[in-house]
Amino acid sequence: MSNKDPILELRGVSKSFGAVQALYKVDFHVAPGEVMALVGDNGAGKSTLIKSIAGIHTIDEGEILFDGQPVTIHGPKDAAKLGIEVVYQDLALCDNLDVVQNMFLGREELSSLRRLDETTMERRASDTLASLSVTTIRSVRQTVAGLSGGQRQSVAVAKAVMWNSKVVILDEPTAALGVAQTRQVLDLVKRLGEQGLAVVLISHNLHDIFEVADSITVLRLGQNVAEYKRADVTQTQVVEAITAGKLSKVPGVQDEVIA
Amino acid sequence: MSATAPAPVEGGPGAPAVAAGGDETLQDYARRWWAGVKAGELGSLPIVVGLIIIAIIFQAKNDNFLTAGNFVNLIVQAAAITTIGMGIVFVLLLGEIDLSVGFVSGVAGVVTALLTLPDNSNVFAAGPTMVIVLLVGLGIGTLHGLIITKVGIPSFVVTLAGLLGWNGVVLLLIGDRGTVIIQNDFFVGFANDFLSDAASWIVAIAGIALYAAMLFWQRIQRARHGLPSAPDSLLILRVAGLAIAVLAVVYVCNQDRGIPYVMLMLAGVFIFWTYVLNRTKFGRHIYAVGGNAEAARRAGISVDNIRIACFAICSMMAALGGIVLASRLRSVDTGAGGGSILLYAIAAPVIGGTSLFGGRGTIKSAVLGALVIASIDNGLGLLGLSAGTKFVITAGVLLLAVTVDSIARKGRESAGRA
Repeated sequence: MSNKDPILELRGVSKSFGAVQALYKVDFHVAPGEVMALVGDNGAGKSTLIKSIAGIHTIDEGEILFDGQPVTIHGPKDAAKLGIEVVYQDLALCDNLDVVQNMFLGREELSSLRRLDETTMERRASDTLASLSVTTIRSVRQTVAGLSGGQRQSVAVAKAVMWNSKVVILDEPTAALGVAQTRQVLDLVKRLGEQGLAVVLISHNLHDIFEVADSITVLRLGQNVAEYKRADVTQTQVVEAITAGKLSKVPGVQDEVIA
Repeated sequence: MSATAPAPVEGGPGAPAVAAGGDETLQDYARRWWAGVKAGELGSLPIVVGLIIIAIIFQAKNDNFLTAGNFVNLIVQAAAITTIGMGIVFVLLLGEIDLSVGFVSGVAGVVTALLTLPDNSNVFAAGPTMVIVLLVGLGIGTLHGLIITKVGIPSFVVTLAGLLGWNGVVLLLIGDRGTVIIQNDFFVGFANDFLSDAASWIVAIAGIALYAAMLFWQRIQRARHGLPSAPDSLLILRVAGLAIAVLAVVYVCNQDRGIPYVMLMLAGVFIFWTYVLNRTKFGRHIYAVGGNAEAARRAGISVDNIRIACFAICSMMAALGGIVLASRLRSVDTGAGGGSILLYAIAAPVIGGTSLFGGRGTIKSAVLGALVIASIDNGLGLLGLSAGTKFVITAGVLLLAVTVDSIARKGRESAGRA
């Protein structure tokens, strides 16, 4: 658990799509070395929130602070430049490429004559996987198609952390994984925190969250209804917040006085 | 991965993965390659076996098939569809198709003939003509690509319109001339002249030396970075395999008229595109777009630009193929680019193992596939069989190749290598 200043902070962020208010004055923060879980029911605004951080959506209102400085994020490239990497649920790996090729996709290292510098890339990919203690991948030159779900998740995470990233956002990393593979990924998430990265973990699985998260932010209907330190809370309390957390504004009622 | 030449010793697609740990022996390599084959990573194995079977059958039926003279004929006959097929590889890698390549090659042939026509007021020399024709191809492909990506029409439809439209352009350009004889010495000689014996030996040996140097350079680089390498014996085997193949080809050709210039061109184009696909960022991005366009987009790759570039390359290679074809026939007529050219050019990479679904394929596949098609065409011609029989048998081979690929894919899927 970290008491450091947050590396990424959102203050009063709102976002609406036409008549639908997806986020309403949401506050969110994550500090280096902290694993912050982001939970909420379907439609609570988790995806909109991370897409706002990743620069896929621009926010209507509120501010995003990175390292204490206000920033505007206009696209995934801006986010990457700040050191924010998102690992989406569908992982976005090319099955026909090998592990190294996937990890460097779009950011290939070149040597003379504009050649791909395969040896440097292979070395760095191996080192990154080793630093994350990913030992289940037999060869970095095998195609991603042949990897298990957990291994693919590991590759996607390694791809995200390789670029001196400071904040890694993981969208449902353990969904659709078996027990042993979930174990691998949760261990990986813990190691990311231990290495000083700020980790945002989105999950529906409270069991997983209570195992790895330091703090928990609960979203409900686009508003944040609660924030807990893991040590101070039970799963029942979190479930209550997810399903019946107190809203400051009832959706659909326009001129409600804000509490 | 390390293949820039069709050395027969490397069967699997890409060098087999090396497990962490020390260098492996040749036996380990062979064992893993065989395991890969059993799991469906067939690579060029089926087609090499197929070529051997074809050669045995035709030789048994007519002992003119395996002669030096016929071998040279075969290469010249295969040259045009090989060239066009190499371009088709680029669109197949994206999971797209280009049905217009036949008549784009026709347009290129006609433009070549007209630009170099002596009674024309502006007679172009060979060099500028070549450049103009290739640029025409590039332009046509860019146009296709722009319509496909920016307007969002499937490539099948756009290039189907191209098939009709460029056929029309061929007819319009020829006008009432009927047939245009090519009189430029360079373009006549392109597919009809041969290197001297000495020159072909020098080129062959230089090529082998370059290949060996490249493999050893890679070996040194990997060692410097502390990465595991293939065993030295495999390295030597690869170089030796290539050397034997190349020297044998040169020797056989020199028994007859020699190495055709067009073969030199094919070798150069083959090495160039293989290099582009395997060793450059652009090539890597083509595979990525073909494998998972969404992942490529998220990785910051401009998917549209890659697609436009691939269609442009495809049409440019079709134009080059058109020059080869016009040169071989020494003339162009209203039928330029028609007939079986389109279907053979698409069938070649598919027979050679390039997937129709994108993401998997090599330039080598076009060469091997075209060799199969040309062998059948040539062999059946020697046996005096009709065009009808040729088509039926070629169709059978195409189906067989796709069946082998499909069974291999199922094998890969069940082995988790899809």
